[in-house]
Amino acid sequence: MNQLQVLLFASYADAFGASTVTVAVPDPATVADVVGALRSLPGGDVLPEAPLVAVDRRYTRGPVAVHAGQEIAVIPPVAGG
Amino acid sequence: MIRTAITDQAINAAALLEEVTSDATGATTLFLGTVRDVNDGRAVTGIEYSAYTAMAAEELQRIAEEASLRFDGLRIAVEHRVGTLALRDVSVAIAVAHARRAPALETSRFIIEALKQRVPIWKREQYVDGDRQWVDPTTQHVSAAAP
Repeated sequence: MNQLQVLLFASYADAFGASTVTVAVPDPATVADVVGALRSLPGGDVLPEAPLVAVDRRYTRGPVAVHAGQEIAVIPPVAGG
Repeated sequence: MIRTAITDQAINAAALLEEVTSDATGATTLFLGTVRDVNDGRAVTGIEYSAYTAMAAEELQRIAEEASLRFDGLRIAVEHRVGTLALRDVSVAIAVAHARRAPALETSRFIIEALKQRVPIWKREQYVDGDRQWVDPTTQHVSAAAP
């Protein structure tokens, strides 16, 4: 297992009560593993099955691998403008 | 030229216009997003904007760069504000200048639409009754969508 830090924002940060959460995921892990681990935590039911996830400040699509040292963020529906 | 920024300061729209205008530009557009007093049927008193600032800055810059590829000679300045804003405060300003009007107008539209889809910024509305709610555009009525 691997420990990964995940950044949370806005409604997701409120639901988890934190703006950073550490999750335990298999090694190697994918974005889906991170989301699955988050969804099993208290507050995790706020997350859809496939929320937007950014790695190193770029949106990911599909089964992207993630590893420690990357900046991983789960992005609630954006509402700028 | 392209300049984009996420800022916690009041936006100076006149300064953005000045920045994009040159001797070669014959058309300049300015789009302003401002805080309005009602959303989805509820009376709004203010909006608190927050961002994943590092990514928002990068994504906004990527959008402006994509926009700049669509026409030669565009001059673009975009600022999005974060923090607590009152009614009528400017949340976003997009200034675009070009030799001709069509590229300027189309680019302004391109940028605001992409910004609303992609830039990781969130708003929590404050209502007359003291309640506060995060805005989720994916669940709102289309007619009540933000500017």
